[in-house]
Amino acid sequence: MSLNVETKPTVGLPDPEPLRLIDDEGRAVRSSARQGFELPPVATLKELYRRMAIARRWDTQVTALTRQGRLATYPSALGQEACEIGTVLAMTEQDWLFPTYRDSIALMTRGIDPGELLQGFRGDWHSGWDPKKHRTSVQATPLATQALHAVGYATAAKLNGERIATVTFIGDGASSEGDTHEAFNFAGVWQAPTVFVVQNNQFAISVPLSKQTRARTLADRAIGYGIPGYYVDGNDAAAVYAVMSRAMERARRGDGPTIVECLTYRVEAHTNSDDPTRYRTADDVAIWKGKDPIERLERYLVSQDALSDADRDEITAEGERKAAATREAMSAEPVLDPMDLFAHVYVNERPSLVEQREFLKAEGNR
Amino acid sequence: MTTTEAKPITMAAALNAALRDAIAEDPTVVVYGEDVGPLGGVFRVTDGLQAEFGENRVWDSPLAESGIVGTAVGMAMYGMRPVVEMQFDAFSYPAFEQIVSHVAKMHNRTKGRVALPMVIRIPASGGIGGVEHHSDSSEAYWTHTPGLTVVMPSNPADAYSLMREAIRSDDPVIFMEPKSRYWSKQEVALPVTTEPIGTAKVVREGTDVTLIAYGPTVATALETAEMAEAEELSIEVIDLRSLSPFDDATVGASVRKTSRAAVIHEAAQFGGFGAEVAARVTEREFYHLAAPILRITGFDIPYPSPKLEEYYLPTPERILNALATWEWELP
Repeated sequence: MSLNVETKPTVGLPDPEPLRLIDDEGRAVRSSARQGFELPPVATLKELYRRMAIARRWDTQVTALTRQGRLATYPSALGQEACEIGTVLAMTEQDWLFPTYRDSIALMTRGIDPGELLQGFRGDWHSGWDPKKHRTSVQATPLATQALHAVGYATAAKLNGERIATVTFIGDGASSEGDTHEAFNFAGVWQAPTVFVVQNNQFAISVPLSKQTRARTLADRAIGYGIPGYYVDGNDAAAVYAVMSRAMERARRGDGPTIVECLTYRVEAHTNSDDPTRYRTADDVAIWKGKDPIERLERYLVSQDALSDADRDEITAEGERKAAATREAMSAEPVLDPMDLFAHVYVNERPSLVEQREFLKAEGNR
Repeated sequence: MTTTEAKPITMAAALNAALRDAIAEDPTVVVYGEDVGPLGGVFRVTDGLQAEFGENRVWDSPLAESGIVGTAVGMAMYGMRPVVEMQFDAFSYPAFEQIVSHVAKMHNRTKGRVALPMVIRIPASGGIGGVEHHSDSSEAYWTHTPGLTVVMPSNPADAYSLMREAIRSDDPVIFMEPKSRYWSKQEVALPVTTEPIGTAKVVREGTDVTLIAYGPTVATALETAEMAEAEELSIEVIDLRSLSPFDDATVGASVRKTSRAAVIHEAAQFGGFGAEVAARVTEREFYHLAAPILRITGFDIPYPSPKLEEYYLPTPERILNALATWEWELP
């Protein structure tokens, strides 16, 4: 395995029309317009639907808990379920995810316990789960920084002969950051097995995409890095899953990185402290609510007679179970030990921190 | 790794040997950065390493410091021990966010579940006639950041030993290499183990005043002590070696003996590392001090152009003059 690239890849610009396999009305797109991708099997589509519906219920619950003051903040992914779940289901347990603060539903779907997952947003500790256990890194707040971690991890795995891939989520706002460029470029040069999922939800807090880029699509950038780029309808879980599956296979095979732009919409505010009425109209939001990824896939599954009442009941029950477990986890007051503040700053014990820990302890005993 | 006879080697050669021995000993150690491959680094610290260990252990990365450090974070998460080079002090600034927000914080953020064993090598400080952006002393940025370990050797033996220890450390280490000392020689038999990280060293004993120095100013302080002998002023010189963690015990013991201390560094004075030294020594040793702690440092100006740097850098003359005009007695 070498970091040297002997041949220059041939890559072109992505199709300017976002790839979709199921249209807004829930109909399968004709084969000739599928850009060489196939509709995933019905069982896979059902699982995508199921996981998206559960994630929606959970996301709504967490937003409600935040409004009730149980959490300090929560960046919702409502409306972006196809990007998040379509990506996660294309990953294996061995693959690593390098997420952002927006991607909690992906982490929940990846199996992280909601009580651990939400520790950061509740304010107990910056991050609550074991990244190694779940092969999922911390939720990065400094934009695009995690993309480089994904490339580094993937490159180390490649050097070690391990056939895994890493995935990182980047937003449209983060695509303007220098680390996005550096991550794309390092991944291209090192042929890192990393797939970049650019979730273009069209807003960086209040700033629209038109103020981030003059380019036709964000995926257009891929050609400049010698990386394949795809422009995907991010509200079509079938398309996201199909493209991500191919990109992940390609990465695991040793053929290098892929940039996948998923065009979607941030239906909720940036966080609970944001006021989106200042920068977009209710009409705009309504248009995108009409393109809901879950309803779209539901229509398709119904048209295929693939969604029974029993299926719906099971999904609703599972969503409610997750929501209840999260309510319960967030209603219990966390047990916090201020001495932990000093415990993990360094691996090697520091005399100065021991002193400061004892100072704080004594202060508590006054 | 073979033990050699004591012979004069430069700091650059000592660092090169430390990297070579670490790569040979530990398969998880990788070295990358700008020009570290066939060129061997602009200061030749990685000379010959790629030829010896191959391109999967030592390689040239794209020219982007945030990318270098950010990918090293991922590699360390995987279980590698990356040693990355920033080429010049001021070129580390594009990596500031990765270092401060991730390298320094990952272990704490994950409650100790993810350590980042990595070394960020920064050729630092001036005195080599470098043009703009090639002579910065950036230590205070790093020492002000909890989660980082910051070391700066002043001699070849320490350079070797501290580098080996930095690479073995499970904490991330900012390894500052004083450029003006790269070619300074010392008789050393390698491998050599000197005092561990966190330990300062009295490199010259004296009774009247303690000069606290690190990296490039240790030689300046020693030269000052030599010159002071003629004036019957006995100077003790401390080489801090490790800026964070800081060795309060060694510095405190010296100050209790001499009652007077001055900190010497190249960096600008305001908010510099010398302020921290002066403050913590004063807090701990106030009753033993016969005079306020002096800072003899660079001026509070951007590092000057090569033909003016001699006016900026602390010299033995400037230090002796400062000591001579110091308010020694309490009222």
